[in-house]
Amino acid sequence: MSEPTPAPGGTPPTFSLDGHDVPFEAGQTVLSAALAAGHYIPHLCYHPEFAPHGSCRVCTVKVDGHPAASCTAAARAGTEVDSRSEEVLEMRRRLVQFLFTEGNHFCPSCEQSGSCMLQAVGYALGVTNAHFSPLFPNRPVDASHPDVLLDFNRCILCELCIRASAEVDGKHVFDLSGRGIDKHLIVNAESGRLADTALAVEDKAMSVCPVGVILRKRRGFRVPIGERRYDAAPISVVALQKRPRPSTAPREG
Amino acid sequence: MAAEKKKLRVATASLAGCFGCHMSLLDIDERIVALLELVELDRSPLTDLKHVRPCDLGIIEGGLCNAENVHVLQAFRKNCKVLVALGACAVNGGLPAQRNHLDIRDCLQTVYLTGHGVRRGFIPNDPELPLPLDKVHPLHDVVRIDYFLPGCPPPADAIWQFLTDLIAGRTPQLGHGLIHYD
Repeated sequence: MSEPTPAPGGTPPTFSLDGHDVPFEAGQTVLSAALAAGHYIPHLCYHPEFAPHGSCRVCTVKVDGHPAASCTAAARAGTEVDSRSEEVLEMRRRLVQFLFTEGNHFCPSCEQSGSCMLQAVGYALGVTNAHFSPLFPNRPVDASHPDVLLDFNRCILCELCIRASAEVDGKHVFDLSGRGIDKHLIVNAESGRLADTALAVEDKAMSVCPVGVILRKRRGFRVPIGERRYDAAPISVVALQKRPRPSTAPREG
Repeated sequence: MAAEKKKLRVATASLAGCFGCHMSLLDIDERIVALLELVELDRSPLTDLKHVRPCDLGIIEGGLCNAENVHVLQAFRKNCKVLVALGACAVNGGLPAQRNHLDIRDCLQTVYLTGHGVRRGFIPNDPELPLPLDKVHPLHDVVRIDYFLPGCPPPADAIWQFLTDLIAGRTPQLGHGLIHYD
Protein backbone atom coordinates (compact mmCIF):
# COMPACT_ATOMS: atom_id res chain seq x y z
CA MET A 1 0.00 0.00 0.00
CA SER A 2 2.73 2.49 0.94
CA GLU A 3 4.68 4.26 -1.70
CA PRO A 4 8.31 3.23 -2.06
CA THR A 5 10.81 5.49 -0.36
CA PRO A 6 12.12 7.93 -2.95
CA ALA A 7 15.67 7.75 -4.17
CA PRO A 8 18.12 9.77 -2.06
CA GLY A 9 17.82 13.40 -2.99
CA GLY A 10 14.34 12.92 -4.45
CA THR A 11 11.33 14.65 -2.99
CA PRO A 12 9.25 12.47 -0.69
CA PRO A 13 5.74 11.48 -1.76
CA THR A 14 2.91 13.53 -0.33
CA PHE A 15 -0.80 13.37 0.34
CA SER A 16 -3.14 16.30 0.81
CA LEU A 17 -4.53 16.90 4.30
CA ASP A 18 -7.24 19.57 4.30
CA GLY A 19 -5.38 21.28 1.46
CA HIS A 20 -1.88 21.00 2.99
CA ASP A 21 0.74 18.80 1.35
CA VAL A 22 1.98 16.28 3.91
CA PRO A 23 5.20 14.40 3.06
CA PHE A 24 5.61 10.83 4.26
CA GLU A 25 8.01 7.92 4.28
CA ALA A 26 7.27 4.31 3.49
CA GLY A 27 5.51 2.65 6.42
CA GLN A 28 3.99 5.83 7.82
CA THR A 29 0.28 6.12 8.44
CA VAL A 30 -1.86 9.15 7.72
CA LEU A 31 -1.80 10.03 11.44
CA SER A 32 1.92 9.56 12.05
CA ALA A 33 2.82 11.55 8.91
CA ALA A 34 0.35 14.30 9.83
CA LEU A 35 1.72 14.62 13.37
CA ALA A 36 5.31 14.62 12.10
CA ALA A 37 4.40 17.44 9.71
CA GLY A 38 2.81 19.47 12.53
CA HIS A 39 -0.86 18.74 11.83
CA TYR A 40 -2.93 17.54 14.78
CA ILE A 41 -5.62 14.91 14.27
CA PRO A 42 -7.50 14.03 17.49
CA HIS A 43 -6.72 10.51 18.74
CA LEU A 44 -6.89 8.48 21.96
CA CYS A 45 -5.74 4.85 21.52
CA TYR A 46 -2.77 5.77 19.31
CA HIS A 47 0.66 5.99 20.94
CA PRO A 48 3.83 6.44 18.88
CA GLU A 49 5.71 3.77 20.83
CA PHE A 50 3.13 1.08 20.10
CA ALA A 51 1.70 -0.51 16.97
CA PRO A 52 -1.44 1.28 15.76
CA HIS A 53 -4.54 -0.18 17.33
CA GLY A 54 -7.46 1.45 15.53
CA SER A 55 -9.95 0.79 18.31
CA CYS A 56 -11.18 4.20 19.48
CA ARG A 57 -11.79 5.54 15.92
CA VAL A 58 -11.52 9.12 17.18
CA CYS A 59 -8.82 9.77 14.55
CA THR A 60 -11.30 8.95 11.78
CA VAL A 61 -10.73 10.93 8.57
CA LYS A 62 -12.02 10.54 5.05
CA VAL A 63 -9.42 9.29 2.57
CA ASP A 64 -10.60 10.03 -0.97
CA GLY A 65 -14.12 10.13 0.42
CA HIS A 66 -13.97 6.92 2.46
CA PRO A 67 -13.95 6.97 6.28
CA ALA A 68 -10.81 5.42 7.78
CA ALA A 69 -8.97 5.43 11.10
CA SER A 70 -5.96 7.59 10.29
CA CYS A 71 -3.78 5.71 12.81
CA THR A 72 -4.03 2.51 10.77
CA ALA A 73 -4.56 3.89 7.26
CA ALA A 74 -1.28 3.78 5.32
CA ALA A 75 -0.26 7.10 3.80
CA ARG A 76 -0.62 6.96 0.02
CA ALA A 77 0.71 9.43 -2.49
CA GLY A 78 -1.79 11.74 -4.12
CA THR A 79 -4.72 10.95 -1.82
CA GLU A 80 -7.04 13.65 -0.48
CA VAL A 81 -7.50 13.39 3.29
CA ASP A 82 -10.36 15.28 4.94
CA SER A 83 -9.87 15.79 8.66
CA ARG A 84 -11.73 19.05 9.21
CA SER A 85 -15.04 19.03 7.34
CA GLU A 86 -18.13 19.39 9.51
CA GLU A 87 -19.08 15.83 8.55
CA VAL A 88 -15.81 14.39 9.88
CA LEU A 89 -15.90 16.58 12.99
CA GLU A 90 -19.46 15.46 13.71
CA MET A 91 -18.41 11.78 13.44
CA ARG A 92 -15.60 12.43 15.90
CA ARG A 93 -17.88 14.26 18.31
CA ARG A 94 -20.31 11.35 18.29
CA LEU A 95 -17.49 8.85 18.96
CA VAL A 96 -16.29 10.92 21.91
CA GLN A 97 -19.87 11.23 23.16
CA PHE A 98 -20.22 7.43 22.99
CA LEU A 99 -17.20 7.13 25.28
CA PHE A 100 -18.66 9.60 27.77
CA THR A 101 -21.99 7.74 27.62
CA GLU A 102 -20.54 4.28 28.21
CA GLY A 103 -18.37 5.03 31.24
CA ASN A 104 -18.72 7.11 34.37
CA HIS A 105 -16.82 10.26 33.52
CA PHE A 106 -17.34 12.68 36.40
CA CYS A 107 -14.56 15.14 35.71
CA PRO A 108 -15.13 17.29 38.84
CA SER A 109 -14.08 14.37 41.06
CA CYS A 110 -11.32 12.93 38.83
CA GLU A 111 -7.67 13.32 39.83
CA GLN A 112 -6.68 13.31 36.18
CA SER A 113 -8.88 16.26 35.22
CA GLY A 114 -6.83 18.76 33.25
CA SER A 115 -4.35 16.11 32.13
CA CYS A 116 -6.90 13.75 30.58
CA MET A 117 -6.74 13.16 26.83
CA LEU A 118 -10.42 12.24 26.56
CA GLN A 119 -11.41 15.48 28.27
CA ALA A 120 -8.95 17.51 26.20
CA VAL A 121 -10.17 15.95 22.94
CA GLY A 122 -13.74 16.75 24.02
CA TYR A 123 -12.75 20.37 24.58
CA ALA A 124 -10.97 20.53 21.22
CA LEU A 125 -14.05 19.20 19.43
CA GLY A 126 -16.41 21.52 21.32
CA VAL A 127 -18.29 18.61 22.92
CA THR A 128 -20.52 20.06 25.65
CA ASN A 129 -22.64 17.01 26.49
CA ALA A 130 -22.88 13.25 25.98
CA HIS A 131 -25.95 13.55 23.69
CA PHE A 132 -27.10 10.03 24.61
CA SER A 133 -28.65 8.81 27.83
CA PRO A 134 -25.77 7.87 30.14
CA LEU A 135 -25.48 4.15 30.98
CA PHE A 136 -24.08 4.67 34.51
CA PRO A 137 -22.36 1.26 34.62
CA ASN A 138 -21.42 -0.21 37.98
CA ARG A 139 -17.63 -0.48 38.03
CA PRO A 140 -16.10 -0.80 41.51
CA VAL A 141 -12.60 0.58 41.95
CA ASP A 142 -9.61 -1.58 42.91
CA ALA A 143 -7.66 0.11 45.71
CA SER A 144 -5.86 -3.07 46.82
CA HIS A 145 -2.39 -2.09 45.58
CA PRO A 146 -0.33 -0.05 48.09
CA ASP A 147 0.77 2.53 45.51
CA VAL A 148 -1.77 2.36 42.69
CA LEU A 149 -5.50 3.00 42.42
CA LEU A 150 -7.49 1.50 39.55
CA ASP A 151 -10.68 3.40 38.73
CA PHE A 152 -12.39 1.36 36.03
CA ASN A 153 -15.20 3.92 35.70
CA ARG A 154 -13.11 5.92 33.25
CA CYS A 155 -11.74 3.11 31.06
CA ILE A 156 -12.18 3.67 27.30
CA LEU A 157 -10.75 0.25 26.32
CA CYS A 158 -7.78 1.67 24.39
CA GLU A 159 -5.68 -1.29 25.59
CA LEU A 160 -2.57 0.87 26.00
CA CYS A 161 -1.97 -0.47 29.54
CA ILE A 162 -2.46 -4.02 28.26
CA ARG A 163 0.00 -3.46 25.44
CA ALA A 164 2.55 -1.67 27.65
CA SER A 165 2.42 -4.31 30.36
CA ALA A 166 2.76 -7.18 27.89
CA GLU A 167 5.17 -5.71 25.34
CA VAL A 168 7.40 -3.47 27.48
CA ASP A 169 7.07 -4.63 31.09
CA GLY A 170 6.70 -8.33 30.21
CA LYS A 171 4.13 -8.76 32.99
CA HIS A 172 0.70 -9.11 31.35
CA VAL A 173 -0.96 -7.38 34.30
CA PHE A 174 -4.03 -6.22 32.34
CA ASP A 175 -6.43 -7.71 29.83
CA LEU A 176 -9.93 -7.29 28.45
CA SER A 177 -12.80 -9.63 29.20
CA GLY A 178 -16.37 -9.88 27.91
CA ARG A 179 -17.91 -8.98 24.58
CA GLY A 180 -19.68 -5.94 23.15
CA ILE A 181 -21.05 -3.56 25.74
CA ASP A 182 -19.89 -5.96 28.50
CA LYS A 183 -16.24 -5.72 27.48
CA HIS A 184 -14.17 -4.44 30.38
CA LEU A 185 -10.65 -4.14 31.71
CA ILE A 186 -9.55 -6.88 34.10
CA VAL A 187 -6.49 -7.55 36.24
CA ASN A 188 -4.61 -10.73 35.42
CA ALA A 189 -4.51 -12.37 38.84
CA GLU A 190 -6.43 -15.30 40.27
CA SER A 191 -7.97 -12.98 42.86
CA GLY A 192 -8.62 -10.31 40.22
CA ARG A 193 -6.94 -7.79 42.51
CA LEU A 194 -4.12 -5.48 41.47
CA ALA A 195 -2.27 -6.14 44.74
CA ASP A 196 -1.76 -9.74 43.62
CA THR A 197 0.11 -8.78 40.43
CA ALA A 198 3.72 -7.77 39.84
CA LEU A 199 2.75 -4.21 38.81
CA ALA A 200 5.31 -1.65 40.00
CA VAL A 201 5.10 2.12 39.82
CA GLU A 202 8.08 2.26 37.43
CA ASP A 203 6.27 0.14 34.85
CA LYS A 204 5.48 1.49 31.41
CA ALA A 205 1.87 0.48 32.02
CA MET A 206 1.72 3.20 34.70
CA SER A 207 2.36 6.02 32.25
CA VAL A 208 0.27 5.29 29.15
CA CYS A 209 -3.36 5.59 30.30
CA PRO A 210 -4.92 8.47 28.34
CA VAL A 211 -7.65 8.91 30.97
CA GLY A 212 -7.76 8.50 34.76
CA VAL A 213 -7.87 4.72 35.31
CA ILE A 214 -4.34 3.99 36.54
CA LEU A 215 -3.43 6.48 39.25
CA ARG A 216 -0.48 6.78 41.61
CA LYS A 217 -1.82 7.03 45.13
CA ARG A 218 -0.99 10.17 47.14
CA ARG A 219 -0.06 12.12 43.97
CA GLY A 220 -3.49 13.25 42.85
CA PHE A 221 -3.17 16.95 43.46
CA ARG A 222 0.60 17.41 43.39
CA VAL A 223 0.00 19.53 40.28
CA PRO A 224 -2.88 21.90 41.06
CA ILE A 225 -5.95 22.24 38.89
CA GLY A 226 -5.26 25.06 36.45
CA GLU A 227 -1.59 24.12 35.95
CA ARG A 228 -2.11 20.78 34.26
CA ARG A 229 -1.08 19.43 30.89
CA TYR A 230 -3.95 20.84 28.85
CA ASP A 231 -4.65 23.96 30.92
CA ALA A 232 -2.28 26.43 29.28
CA ALA A 233 -2.90 25.32 25.70
CA PRO A 234 -5.37 22.99 23.97
CA ILE A 235 -4.38 19.43 23.07
CA SER A 236 -4.10 20.44 19.40
CA VAL A 237 -1.07 22.51 20.45
CA VAL A 238 0.27 20.35 23.31
CA ALA A 239 0.27 17.16 21.21
CA LEU A 240 2.66 18.77 18.73
CA GLN A 241 4.91 20.51 21.26
CA LYS A 242 7.26 17.77 22.33
CA ARG A 243 8.62 14.36 21.55
CA PRO A 244 7.94 11.90 23.05
CA ARG A 245 4.31 12.78 23.27
CA PRO A 246 2.76 13.99 26.53
CA SER A 247 1.27 10.66 27.55
CA THR A 248 4.74 9.14 27.83
CA ALA A 249 5.96 11.86 30.19
CA PRO A 250 5.89 11.11 33.93
CA ARG A 251 2.34 11.30 35.10
CA GLU A 252 1.50 14.37 37.06
CA GLY A 253 -2.06 13.39 37.96
CA MET B 1 -34.83 58.91 21.02
CA ALA B 2 -35.12 55.25 20.11
CA ALA B 3 -37.71 53.19 21.89
CA GLU B 4 -36.25 51.20 24.75
CA LYS B 5 -35.33 47.74 23.58
CA LYS B 6 -37.53 45.04 25.04
CA LYS B 7 -35.69 43.10 27.71
CA LEU B 8 -35.39 39.33 27.43
CA ARG B 9 -37.27 37.44 30.11
CA VAL B 10 -35.04 34.90 31.84
CA ALA B 11 -35.98 32.23 34.38
CA THR B 12 -33.50 30.12 36.36
CA ALA B 13 -33.80 27.18 38.74
CA SER B 14 -31.56 24.87 40.73
CA LEU B 15 -32.83 21.27 40.74
CA ALA B 16 -30.51 18.51 42.00
CA GLY B 17 -27.68 21.02 42.25
CA CYS B 18 -25.85 22.88 44.98
CA PHE B 19 -26.52 26.46 43.80
CA GLY B 20 -22.83 26.63 42.90
CA CYS B 21 -23.73 27.42 39.28
CA HIS B 22 -25.94 30.30 40.43
CA MET B 23 -23.03 31.50 42.59
CA SER B 24 -20.80 31.34 39.52
CA LEU B 25 -23.38 33.45 37.66
CA LEU B 26 -23.05 36.04 40.42
CA ASP B 27 -19.27 35.84 39.96
CA ILE B 28 -19.66 37.90 36.79
CA ASP B 29 -19.47 40.68 39.40
CA GLU B 30 -20.23 44.20 38.16
CA ARG B 31 -21.09 42.86 34.72
CA ILE B 32 -24.40 41.88 36.28
CA VAL B 33 -25.39 45.55 36.00
CA ALA B 34 -24.87 45.41 32.24
CA LEU B 35 -26.71 42.09 32.12
CA LEU B 36 -29.73 43.53 33.93
CA GLU B 37 -29.93 46.22 31.23
CA LEU B 38 -30.61 43.38 28.79
CA VAL B 39 -32.70 40.90 30.78
CA GLU B 40 -35.39 40.82 33.41
CA LEU B 41 -35.71 37.89 35.75
CA ASP B 42 -38.79 35.71 36.03
CA ARG B 43 -38.80 32.69 38.33
CA SER B 44 -35.37 32.39 39.91
CA PRO B 45 -33.79 31.89 43.34
CA LEU B 46 -32.86 35.58 42.97
CA THR B 47 -36.50 36.73 42.72
CA ASP B 48 -38.15 34.03 44.81
CA LEU B 49 -41.00 33.77 42.29
CA LYS B 50 -42.39 30.24 42.52
CA HIS B 51 -43.79 29.62 39.05
CA VAL B 52 -42.22 30.10 35.66
CA ARG B 53 -44.13 32.25 33.15
CA PRO B 54 -43.50 32.45 29.42
CA CYS B 55 -39.82 33.37 28.98
CA ASP B 56 -37.25 33.84 26.27
CA LEU B 57 -34.59 31.92 28.12
CA GLY B 58 -34.60 29.27 30.84
CA ILE B 59 -31.43 28.28 32.68
CA ILE B 60 -31.43 25.10 34.74
CA GLU B 61 -28.77 24.11 37.23
CA GLY B 62 -28.70 20.55 38.61
CA GLY B 63 -29.96 17.22 37.37
CA LEU B 64 -33.13 15.30 38.20
CA CYS B 65 -33.19 13.39 41.48
CA ASN B 66 -36.86 13.60 42.46
CA ALA B 67 -40.36 13.99 41.03
CA GLU B 68 -40.53 17.72 41.73
CA ASN B 69 -37.34 18.28 39.69
CA VAL B 70 -39.08 16.67 36.72
CA HIS B 71 -42.21 18.83 37.11
CA VAL B 72 -40.16 22.03 37.32
CA LEU B 73 -38.10 21.04 34.29
CA GLN B 74 -41.21 20.28 32.26
CA ALA B 75 -42.73 23.63 33.24
CA PHE B 76 -39.53 25.37 32.10
CA ARG B 77 -39.53 23.51 28.79
CA LYS B 78 -43.15 24.46 28.23
CA ASN B 79 -42.58 28.14 28.99
CA CYS B 80 -39.05 28.86 27.73
CA LYS B 81 -38.19 29.39 24.09
CA VAL B 82 -34.57 28.43 24.73
CA LEU B 83 -33.56 26.06 27.52
CA VAL B 84 -30.00 25.79 28.81
CA ALA B 85 -28.44 23.04 30.96
CA LEU B 86 -26.01 24.89 33.23
CA GLY B 87 -23.22 22.93 34.90
CA ALA B 88 -22.04 19.35 35.31
CA CYS B 89 -25.12 18.05 37.18
CA ALA B 90 -27.57 19.38 34.58
CA VAL B 91 -25.35 18.07 31.78
CA ASN B 92 -24.56 14.55 33.04
CA GLY B 93 -26.07 14.09 36.50
CA GLY B 94 -22.86 15.13 38.23
CA LEU B 95 -22.19 14.38 41.87
CA PRO B 96 -25.76 13.29 42.78
CA ALA B 97 -25.60 10.68 39.98
CA GLN B 98 -22.78 8.94 41.80
CA ARG B 99 -25.52 7.12 43.70
CA ASN B 100 -26.81 5.58 40.48
CA HIS B 101 -25.04 2.25 40.95
CA LEU B 102 -26.68 1.87 44.37
CA ASP B 103 -30.20 0.66 45.10
CA ILE B 104 -32.36 3.59 46.28
CA ARG B 105 -33.89 1.50 49.09
CA ASP B 106 -30.42 0.57 50.38
CA CYS B 107 -29.41 4.25 50.20
CA LEU B 108 -32.40 5.42 52.25
CA GLN B 109 -32.03 2.61 54.78
CA THR B 110 -28.35 3.27 55.27
CA VAL B 111 -28.79 7.03 55.64
CA TYR B 112 -31.90 7.05 57.84
CA LEU B 113 -31.96 3.68 59.65
CA THR B 114 -28.73 1.72 59.86
CA GLY B 115 -26.05 4.35 59.28
CA HIS B 116 -23.33 5.09 61.81
CA GLY B 117 -24.68 7.15 64.70
CA VAL B 118 -28.35 6.96 63.64
CA ARG B 119 -30.71 6.54 66.65
CA ARG B 120 -34.48 6.02 66.34
CA GLY B 121 -34.23 6.79 62.67
CA PHE B 122 -37.01 6.56 60.11
CA ILE B 123 -37.22 7.11 56.39
CA PRO B 124 -38.94 10.50 55.83
CA ASN B 125 -42.40 9.98 54.38
CA ASP B 126 -44.15 13.33 54.73
CA PRO B 127 -46.50 13.74 51.73
CA GLU B 128 -45.02 17.23 51.18
CA LEU B 129 -41.68 15.67 50.29
CA PRO B 130 -41.12 14.88 46.62
CA LEU B 131 -40.36 11.24 45.98
CA PRO B 132 -36.79 10.47 44.96
CA LEU B 133 -36.19 8.89 41.56
CA ASP B 134 -34.46 5.53 41.53
CA LYS B 135 -31.69 7.04 39.35
CA VAL B 136 -30.44 10.59 38.93
CA HIS B 137 -30.83 11.79 35.35
CA PRO B 138 -29.31 14.59 33.28
CA LEU B 139 -31.86 17.06 31.90
CA HIS B 140 -31.65 15.83 28.31
CA ASP B 141 -32.98 12.44 29.44
CA VAL B 142 -36.41 14.08 29.92
CA VAL B 143 -36.74 17.19 27.74
CA ARG B 144 -35.03 18.72 24.73
CA ILE B 145 -32.17 20.97 25.75
CA ASP B 146 -31.02 23.69 23.38
CA TYR B 147 -27.61 24.46 24.87
CA PHE B 148 -25.26 22.81 27.34
CA LEU B 149 -22.78 24.79 29.42
CA PRO B 150 -20.59 22.28 31.29
CA GLY B 151 -18.39 22.85 34.33
CA CYS B 152 -18.48 22.41 38.10
CA PRO B 153 -19.31 25.21 38.11
CA PRO B 154 -18.96 26.76 34.66
CA PRO B 155 -16.55 29.69 35.08
CA ALA B 156 -18.19 33.11 35.38
CA ASP B 157 -16.40 34.17 32.20
CA ALA B 158 -17.93 31.21 30.37
CA ILE B 159 -21.42 32.12 31.62
CA TRP B 160 -20.87 35.74 30.59
CA GLN B 161 -19.56 34.76 27.15
CA PHE B 162 -22.45 32.36 26.69
CA LEU B 163 -25.15 34.81 27.75
CA THR B 164 -23.80 37.74 25.80
CA ASP B 165 -23.44 35.59 22.67
CA LEU B 166 -26.97 34.29 23.04
CA ILE B 167 -28.52 37.68 23.79
CA ALA B 168 -26.72 39.18 20.78
CA GLY B 169 -28.13 36.44 18.57
CA ARG B 170 -24.83 34.64 18.02
CA THR B 171 -24.33 30.89 18.42
CA PRO B 172 -22.50 30.66 21.76
CA GLN B 173 -18.87 29.62 21.31
CA LEU B 174 -16.70 28.58 24.24
CA GLY B 175 -13.03 28.50 23.32
CA HIS B 176 -10.10 26.98 25.19
CA GLY B 177 -10.16 27.85 28.87
CA LEU B 178 -13.92 28.49 28.94
CA ILE B 179 -15.12 24.99 28.14
CA HIS B 180 -14.48 22.90 31.24
CA TYR B 181 -16.03 19.63 32.44
CA ASP B 182 -14.60 20.02 35.95
